[in-house]
Amino acid sequence: MRTPPGVSASDFAAAIEQFEKVVGKEWVFTSDEDIDTYRDAYSPLWHDEGEPIPSGAVAPDGVEQIQAVLGIANRYKIPLWTVSTGKNLGYGGSAPLLSGSVVLDLKRMNRVLEVNDKNHYALVEPGVSYFDLYRYIRERNLKVWIDPPDPGWGSPVGNSLERGGGRTPMRDHFGAVCGMEVVLANGEVVRTGMGALPGSKTWQQYKYGFGPYVDGMFSQSNFGVVTKMGIWLLPEPEAYLSGTVMVPRHDDLSPMVEIFANLVASGTVQATTQVATPLAYAPADPELTALRASGSIKGLEEYGARKNIAYWSISLPFYGPSKVIAAQWEYAKGKFSAIQGVRFQDGESHRFPLSADEVAKIADPVPFGIPSLQMFSVIGRNAVGHLGFAPIIPMTGEAVLEAQQVFEKVYKDLGSPGGAAASFPLFWYFGRAFVIIYLFPIVHDVEKNRQTRAIYRRLIKESAARGWGEYRTHTTFMGDIAATYSFNNHALLHLHETIKDALDPNGILSPGKNGIWPKGMRKTKA
Amino acid sequence: MKNARAFLLLLCGVTLAAPAFAAPDESQIDRGHRVYDKWCFPCHGTGVGKPGTESLAARGQKPAVLEERTDLTAPLIKIFVRHGVLFMPTFRKTEISDADLDAIAAYLTRNNKH
Amino acid sequence: MRVPPGVSPGDFAAAIKQFEAAVGKEWVFTSDDDVELYRDSYSPFWHEEEDRVPSAAVAPDGVEQAQAIVKIANAYKIPLWTISTGRNLAYGGSSPALSGSVILDLKRMNRILEVSDKNHYALVEPGVSYFDLYRYIQEHKLKVWIDPPDPGWGSPVGNSLERGGGRGPLHDHFATVCGMEVVLPNGEVMRTGMGALPGSKTWQQYKYGFGPYVDGLFSQSNFGIVTKMGVWLLPEPEAYRDGTVMVARHDDLVPFVETLAYLYNSQIVQGTAALDSPLLTYRVSKGGGVVDLPGDISVAELERIGREQNIPYWSSELHFYGPAKVVDLQWEFTKERFSAIPGVTFKEGRSYRFPVELKDSDDVLRQALGIPNLSVFGFLGKTLGHMDFSPIVPLSGEAVFEALKVFGEVYHEMGVPPQNQFISLPWAFFPRAFVFLFGFQIMHDVEANKRNREVFRRLIEACAEHGWGEYRTHVAYMDDVANVYSYNNHAMLRLHETVKDALDPNGILSPGKSGIWPKRLRKARA
Repeated sequence: MRTPPGVSASDFAAAIEQFEKVVGKEWVFTSDEDIDTYRDAYSPLWHDEGEPIPSGAVAPDGVEQIQAVLGIANRYKIPLWTVSTGKNLGYGGSAPLLSGSVVLDLKRMNRVLEVNDKNHYALVEPGVSYFDLYRYIRERNLKVWIDPPDPGWGSPVGNSLERGGGRTPMRDHFGAVCGMEVVLANGEVVRTGMGALPGSKTWQQYKYGFGPYVDGMFSQSNFGVVTKMGIWLLPEPEAYLSGTVMVPRHDDLSPMVEIFANLVASGTVQATTQVATPLAYAPADPELTALRASGSIKGLEEYGARKNIAYWSISLPFYGPSKVIAAQWEYAKGKFSAIQGVRFQDGESHRFPLSADEVAKIADPVPFGIPSLQMFSVIGRNAVGHLGFAPIIPMTGEAVLEAQQVFEKVYKDLGSPGGAAASFPLFWYFGRAFVIIYLFPIVHDVEKNRQTRAIYRRLIKESAARGWGEYRTHTTFMGDIAATYSFNNHALLHLHETIKDALDPNGILSPGKNGIWPKGMRKTKA
Repeated sequence: MKNARAFLLLLCGVTLAAPAFAAPDESQIDRGHRVYDKWCFPCHGTGVGKPGTESLAARGQKPAVLEERTDLTAPLIKIFVRHGVLFMPTFRKTEISDADLDAIAAYLTRNNKH
Repeated sequence: MRVPPGVSPGDFAAAIKQFEAAVGKEWVFTSDDDVELYRDSYSPFWHEEEDRVPSAAVAPDGVEQAQAIVKIANAYKIPLWTISTGRNLAYGGSSPALSGSVILDLKRMNRILEVSDKNHYALVEPGVSYFDLYRYIQEHKLKVWIDPPDPGWGSPVGNSLERGGGRGPLHDHFATVCGMEVVLPNGEVMRTGMGALPGSKTWQQYKYGFGPYVDGLFSQSNFGIVTKMGVWLLPEPEAYRDGTVMVARHDDLVPFVETLAYLYNSQIVQGTAALDSPLLTYRVSKGGGVVDLPGDISVAELERIGREQNIPYWSSELHFYGPAKVVDLQWEFTKERFSAIPGVTFKEGRSYRFPVELKDSDDVLRQALGIPNLSVFGFLGKTLGHMDFSPIVPLSGEAVFEALKVFGEVYHEMGVPPQNQFISLPWAFFPRAFVFLFGFQIMHDVEANKRNREVFRRLIEACAEHGWGEYRTHVAYMDDVANVYSYNNHAMLRLHETVKDALDPNGILSPGKSGIWPKRLRKARA
């Protein structure tokens, strides 16, 4: 039997026995076969040294069982790694960061406790998936939408804690969190926000409560085990429409982004938007291939003008009353018309609710609050899995151009085929910034994965050197990225560590998560 | 896991010999259908945006929709679910219990010729 | 000279001398006359022993000076009470929760470091007032709006940290915070969010950064001194319009609020709507109450009067910001939705296109158009001041009915005559909930103030009994309010205390803020 680092075999055996008493023998997993199901199916360390492998897994069903499990872990100093549905694929799946951790698997806690379609919220446990919640809402015919991330098998609790993004106006998932229940490392149960008030009537209606607003410290962290979470839902909108804005010249990017930033900050555009480079995506003929190789902007512009291919485009989604969204699109067109040669294309439009037939015909239903695994149709073709690299960059044309140059150079330097420009997945998901989401293929090839990791680490460095940081990362790179957030000799990380030591002195909860290690395992920072 | 993965790749497109077993009862098949709808359909179902079905189709599996197959066996189904294949990840026992997996197997082998 | 509790006169004198060395003699205030200026102008303890009086004040100009002060305070265990502009009137003004604290007055740190009208944010120091920021934007002809609270003399930093509310689309002020710089109790300077990345380009564009999102910890708290803050601004909209919706019957409030919730949560109605009741206003004019009092004019009678004199029971003025055509259509859609309530009527309101030169005769709330002012004191002018009681209640008609009944019972039980019931109907300052605001009068009358404090405390209890809690409170009641957020034996407060002890072992920062006392000053809880 594998053991956690620093735990004797006999202590571990004793702990396992006690775990079994708490949750039942069938919910403690120690066989190699069972442990394999907890490994990261998309590990960039596949078959390589350092792939973290858990020593066991324990699956409590309820807060009391979690409290008991934490008590045992504290007694034997056993590192636990908390997962909700364990489908954080691309960022580590259900595998821990520290090899030998015991996975605290919350999948059995899968109750939808409340869905309210008058005040538009849900209260759920961590094991509830987006599919589960969607099904619950449909079965009751409630007039609310969830906001699933691209793959819908994850959990609203887990995804919101990782600060993931979706596609509807509720795209900022942490921004939609309202009230949590958290089990602290010492076993205490805390309710945040208005939930701290016994019998509260507004736990899911007002976020902040009284005194310090602590919800954020449980996101991307290892300070507690979140066991319930309120999330805000979108009232089913009347209609949707999308439109695409296309501009012909390289330098049109700056005014295009400036207009877009205004539409975003004013709430005229409310949902996830992608900026694309049609000239880079267009099917290559010999002429285009040569132009791309030459890097001649003028040549590309002329080619685009001849073939009617835009240099840049942006697709705008609108949700709301049908007349209102039509007017919003008209207004957006009016604004973008300041750019000479701009063209517009009307896209998909829908009225809600969609019939079952309509849903079945929609290839990508995620923008309509319908969970799906459709994304794997695209990225699953040539790879076993994927790895996300996601830097936040300013919402300006200049920053986009700089990022494109920087990342393309990294790809070229490290000999990656294609180059970055060929796929420059630039999105607006959050706040007032862009995020680039590169999905690296993970393959069953140790050498290729090594190369991918080298590129990844180089991208982290190059980004940090330009003042761009990542919003989230795979467990493999958490230490690397945390190290780049180093203002004033890592002051923020020191704060995290101070809080970690105060709340979890034995360091039992998710060691290493987002670069936060408990005292005994902390390496000195460079 | 290494061996299991390599084994799986060999298995793709190959059918294990179906062991003889008693026909499962209807309630087991019903249960399997429900579990399948919850856990498998989003990827392996019919309609657009079903990457599992698309992937099997791309590799020439016929029919590509698992529910229409008559050549799957319980051991094969269990290996795929517990070990994953290509971009299909593993499924843990907290997601699909052994009993549920038996039911899925009963459902997907319901039309097999024994 | 007054001294802080537990500090010897010799130590205090030494500390004062060191403060003077750090910030210059003229920025340390110890004379009675000067200290008097830091008392709460609207104190509910006027001429009473309990009045919170500081021992001195020190006003640094810059982070280094703030760090130096913190170090001196640690050496002598001197409690500091941080204020930004010190205009938190109704909630304590510039006075501390603990008498004898030294006021850390950040008013001199009044630099506007950046305003971007391309990405719509400001980076400001705590001493900057809404007036200052507005003036800066006007002078630089930037196309952005601030969102001032009703009195505009406060500070965006202070008001956002207190989680105050404004009138426009960005009314939830804490939600518009993007990136902070904080001096921790040990004197370390930390930057949050993307600011933790040296040379970050998105500090004011993406809130969360990497790892735990800690900004909320510094709101309504005493965990650090915020020395810079990013706040999001609104791009100047093309147009504004408002319109009033009126319904006839008491029970119409239920579908009325349900419709309002739908419109708000769909981002169709924006800004801060207040619930109004022309019939209850009528009742007040007849010497009755807003709340339900025994023997007052009954609901049936009010409805009869309403029918005869054409006075609606409930009404609300709703606000729309955006492109001119869009806001018109949003109002049209709003009317359509409310038309499901039989007998509903509408009144067309104001309409502006921006930029606009307002005339004195324009009857519009300036702050709703991003213009700071002090007009609120026009309503409060006859009193010496006010003190706000502000419970959060659910956004539902039923909750409003229950609240008016409960408040009526309290007032009746305590024998408060209607003219002393300082309650308005609830507001939608924050997303998805209502907040009631009671503007208790402060008088130069010890007995009357005492009586008001009793009523205030009884209201806190009565609200807690019904699951309603306050979003913010005067320093005099911070312990009382913190005490009702007691879920699981005060687990939340104990979490705050654990964090407090870890970050501020000497307990120097704002002791008692939001009920959080440092170890050495903590009282045993009942």
